[in-house]
Amino acid sequence: MEKRVTFKGWLLPLLLIAPQLIISGIFFFYPAGQAVFQSLYIPDPFGLSKQFVGLGNFEYLFSDKYYRASFVTTALFSLLVTLASMVPALFLAVLADRLIKGSGTYRTLLIWPYAVAPAVAGVLWLFMFNTRVGVVSWYLGQLGYDWNHVLNGDEAMGLVVIASAWGRISYNFLFFFAALQAVPRSIIEAAAIDGARFWRRFFTIVLPLLSPTTFFLLVVNVVYAFFETFGVIHTITSGGPQQSTTILVYKVFTDGFVAQDLGSSSAQSVILLIVVGLLTVLQFKYVEKRVHY
Amino acid sequence: MIKPTALALAVATAGVSLTASAQTEIEFWHAFTGRLGELVAAQVEDFNTKNPDYKVVATHKGNYSETLNAGIAAFRAGEQPDILMVFEVGTATMMAAKGAIKPVYEVMEESGVAFDPDSYIGSVKGYYTTTDGKMLSLPFNASTPVLWVNRDALSGAGIDPDTDLSTWQNVEVVLNQLKAAGHECPLVTAWQSWIHLENYSAYHDVPFATKDNGFAGVDTELAFNSEAQVAHIAKMGEWAQDGKFIYTGRRNEGGANFRAGSCALFTESSAGYAGISSEAKFDFDVRPLPYWDGVGNAPQNTIIGGASLWALAGQTDEEYKGVGEFLAYLSSTDVQAKWHQDTGYLPITAAAGDATRESGFYTEKPGTDVAVIQMTAKAPTANSKGLRLGSFDQIRGIIDEELEGVWAGDKSAQEALDSAVERGNQLLRRFEQANR
Repeated sequence: MEKRVTFKGWLLPLLLIAPQLIISGIFFFYPAGQAVFQSLYIPDPFGLSKQFVGLGNFEYLFSDKYYRASFVTTALFSLLVTLASMVPALFLAVLADRLIKGSGTYRTLLIWPYAVAPAVAGVLWLFMFNTRVGVVSWYLGQLGYDWNHVLNGDEAMGLVVIASAWGRISYNFLFFFAALQAVPRSIIEAAAIDGARFWRRFFTIVLPLLSPTTFFLLVVNVVYAFFETFGVIHTITSGGPQQSTTILVYKVFTDGFVAQDLGSSSAQSVILLIVVGLLTVLQFKYVEKRVHY
Repeated sequence: MIKPTALALAVATAGVSLTASAQTEIEFWHAFTGRLGELVAAQVEDFNTKNPDYKVVATHKGNYSETLNAGIAAFRAGEQPDILMVFEVGTATMMAAKGAIKPVYEVMEESGVAFDPDSYIGSVKGYYTTTDGKMLSLPFNASTPVLWVNRDALSGAGIDPDTDLSTWQNVEVVLNQLKAAGHECPLVTAWQSWIHLENYSAYHDVPFATKDNGFAGVDTELAFNSEAQVAHIAKMGEWAQDGKFIYTGRRNEGGANFRAGSCALFTESSAGYAGISSEAKFDFDVRPLPYWDGVGNAPQNTIIGGASLWALAGQTDEEYKGVGEFLAYLSSTDVQAKWHQDTGYLPITAAAGDATRESGFYTEKPGTDVAVIQMTAKAPTANSKGLRLGSFDQIRGIIDEELEGVWAGDKSAQEALDSAVERGNQLLRRFEQANR
């Protein structure tokens, strides 16, 4: 049965949600409003003057075929990062869940990568795959494979995906592991008595029961791939070769903070905001229907 | 928790130290770390000892882009430093920001220090001077691209290490020989746009952009997709496909390969001297940047890269006087000559170059004057004075992307340069609009 608390009057509930409202206002609505406002202008970097251009910044962006192409790059990148961070995490969580002894040690070790900052993770992976001194690229060379992410766009994409997903595996692992612990043993044991083997039990019982967690992680990881990965891209590829790893948020960052084109950068962040907003709505509308709480 | 008495004491001593020093503090933000950072710190310390009225405080603010951004953000907050180091790519941005800067010639005039604009080397100061000859910022560290040669690699491939490499025609012969001898990295480069398009254009006296490369107005358009540049990029693309030119990245990543001895020829800034001379365990040479014999008016002169010092607006007269003193100190012959010899950067005054020659430095370390000669042998033309293009950091990014298409064999040189020009022109139009 649902529990419902009713308040008498407005003051107390308002007071209770005030901290959240204030934080959202200061850290989201105010800057987002600024971005929308600035996206209508072409300002000079020093803030000395600005030209009102209406939707000119948006027109300029959408007439650029490279900008349009970066939507596809972003979609591919986000899909790959989400998959590469969730599937191994689930696999590891299932393995750790089956352990009777020492699962604490595994858990701790698996969580460590999450503590590494994205830019640092980028440098680590770059070092391993460096075309000249990298350990991994050296072994690949021994196997007769010439690794060169500096010119090969697919390899560059692969590398930034791995570097971005790596730290997230820990985060996802933690949630999957907790969710697995919450799956009632009795159901699994009942299924086992009925003769269901491990993988059958996993797909018909465990996975559906994990669906709220999976859904939550899906939303969170997509948002991560869209917004928080520019540090990795900046350190590893700077968006190259050509434009093969230029995702939307990286272009926001470079146009705004490297090139000081604040008008275009603001317009891009508004577009990004809309894209991610729509994506989240879609996820809640369609994917959530398949989630059993 | 700090005890009230301790706090009071701290406040009191802070107050005392403030009043005790009648010095004017000059804030100087720069982008140098490592050895260069130490050399700057030494200059500042020397100036402070010699000028007790002023105290220059030098602060490292990250790489070139980060330093410029820190300066801009500080200006917006009204807390800008007195002197900001800005890389050459940011020059047009600074020049357009009339209310944010105080031109160096004004600073010098008002501070009353001796200042003779003619004592600076034309091709160095030209980059930072208006068309009517007014110096807006002081060139600080200026370098130009040269050819670095691993002599051991040449002899290893059976090539005379003293062979003439002054033209790309000759270089091509050597690249073929190196390749035939099984060398894995015949040619590598740093800063591809700067060396193989910007300097290439100046060196062959062909325009990089219209309106005198942007010096004559912000309504300039890019022009580096003409025959001369396309031919060079096409050749480089061919070499990349044949494994004679190895692409290592957009910045100076190739330096590590060259210093480790794995590459034979390396086109890089003359300022690579400090790193190469300290790390290379092989016999190396500095040669002038090669040119295509018969193309344009080559060899004209190459142009500079590096940074200059800008005085920012909104400071007191006292501080500007100190800025003037400091800039005059940096330009003085002894300081410049030492800087030039320590770093491989060009001397910014002719006197500093002469002093270095007289001291016997060039004969002692052969090749260190190659860059100076290459810059100053001929009076600069409208095509070789430098570049003054807005949003140039972004345009370089576009050029990098398009060139990568050529090196990977995805695009022809003509397609890539046409596309870079078209995309770059859009940015120039935006810049024109922002600074109308």
